[in-house]
Amino acid sequence: MRAAVLSMNSVAVPAQRSGKPLIRFAGVGLDLGGRRIINDLCIELAAGEFVCVVGPSGCGKTTLLRLLAGLVKPTSGQVLREEQPVTGPSRDVAIVFQDYGRALLPWRTVAGNVSLALEAAGMPKARRHDRVMELLARVRLDAHADKFLSELSGGMQQRLQIARCLAQEPSVLLMDEPFGALDAMTRQHLQDEVAQLVRETGGTVLFITHDLEEAIYLGDRVIALRANPGHARSSLAQAIEVRLARPRDQLSTREDPEFLRLRRYLHDFVEEGHA
Amino acid sequence: MSAGGDAGKPDWRGIALPAATLLLAEVAARVVGITSESLAAPSDMALAFGEALGDGSLLRATWETVAAAVAGLLAGGLLGLGIGIWFGLSRTARRLALWPVELLRPLPSVAMIPIAMMIFGFGYRMEILVVAFTCFWPMLLLTESAVRHVEPCLYEVAHMLGLTTPARVFKIVLPAALPRIFVAFRLAAGISLVVAVTVEVAANPAGLGYALMLAQQSLHPDLMFALLLWVGFVGWASNCLLLAIQRRLFSHVAGAQA
Repeated sequence: MRAAVLSMNSVAVPAQRSGKPLIRFAGVGLDLGGRRIINDLCIELAAGEFVCVVGPSGCGKTTLLRLLAGLVKPTSGQVLREEQPVTGPSRDVAIVFQDYGRALLPWRTVAGNVSLALEAAGMPKARRHDRVMELLARVRLDAHADKFLSELSGGMQQRLQIARCLAQEPSVLLMDEPFGALDAMTRQHLQDEVAQLVRETGGTVLFITHDLEEAIYLGDRVIALRANPGHARSSLAQAIEVRLARPRDQLSTREDPEFLRLRRYLHDFVEEGHA
Repeated sequence: MSAGGDAGKPDWRGIALPAATLLLAEVAARVVGITSESLAAPSDMALAFGEALGDGSLLRATWETVAAAVAGLLAGGLLGLGIGIWFGLSRTARRLALWPVELLRPLPSVAMIPIAMMIFGFGYRMEILVVAFTCFWPMLLLTESAVRHVEPCLYEVAHMLGLTTPARVFKIVLPAALPRIFVAFRLAAGISLVVAVTVEVAANPAGLGYALMLAQQSLHPDLMFALLLWVGFVGWASNCLLLAIQRRLFSHVAGAQA
């Protein structure tokens, strides 16, 4: 009931935006193992937008990201980037994987891991070193360039993965519950660092999380997906605009009445989805 | 850092049993006073060993055997490595090769001797071919398995970074599979020495295997047993060497001690 009232209150807006979207999901559906994971999904991402995706586990959040990355192909509908269908992975789209321990190369040093992205892009060896150090400085890992992964904390490893993604110079950054495995303090630090990096680079971000507060704190918009949509309902359950001022602050933003209102709204909504 | 944590002092207690056995054999031989054509006292073995070491025949035979074993190991191992990587990456190749592999793999290495002899006659090339054939299979199968065990997420990383196929193999797959591949190599190295000696006993008149046969046929059990223990020592030493290399290479990679 409350959700209905609030949605009248112009909190929820349809995912329709003016101008040319950078990314467009046009009626995307996906079956995996005979089960409908995603159904009739229509969303758009504008350039420079920070969009967070929430929803109950198993609702296809990660699948959504993999569709955008071109790692899986939709069963029906189309995923378009700059109005071109996504046919496969592109260097212009980078993924920060949830499990940094699996996504980084343990036989390479910190610098070597970032260098991998530059090697893939064909940057000559002579120019790599400076670029690597520059990227490491941006995630405050320049003092650890010669260390191996086993010598780094989880937060440092995830920052390293972000640095490797930045080395790709992507226009779209996909983050799959990147801070899910980190402790609360590290998590908050990294949230602020990512927000800052994105503000500096002006990239478009799709950020998957199961933490509603994290989604509101980081996003310009929060998209909620529905689990088991079947063939009748759309996967897109809700999309809300977050009009909190930037730069955001871990204390004052989280105490902002608007933040609390959005949190309550999303919380009730996701609870309903679980019931 | 946890890899090879037990690499400190060797445990000397492990030597107690062999030492006691040798001592017992020595005492028994002295008490009974054997003059046998098939047994010898450990002290006689030591003397025969010293003699063979002194006249250079032992080192020459060891060199011949080890050279053939290493050559066969490298030839068969590298081929197995290459094809193993290919099979690990390509499901089609794996499926096509299923029957040939399953049918050829169980062939005993000794059964290859007549064929190898038909091709090369007596000599090292024949010995190397048989060793290579034997080392090929464990390298092929274990490399394939190592490649298939590479973290799937790393393939996606390679995909997203836009690495070319050769770069993917050399920068991601090989280094990720290398700890397991090295274990396979150690296994194949042990096998190579066993097979080299076998071929020398059975067919090729060279190396430690032939020296063993010669000692037996000329009624020198002391030298025969000395050579037998020496072959065991050479195998043990080569494994120790490879273990040390393994620890050094993969100390920073967790889970290297497969």
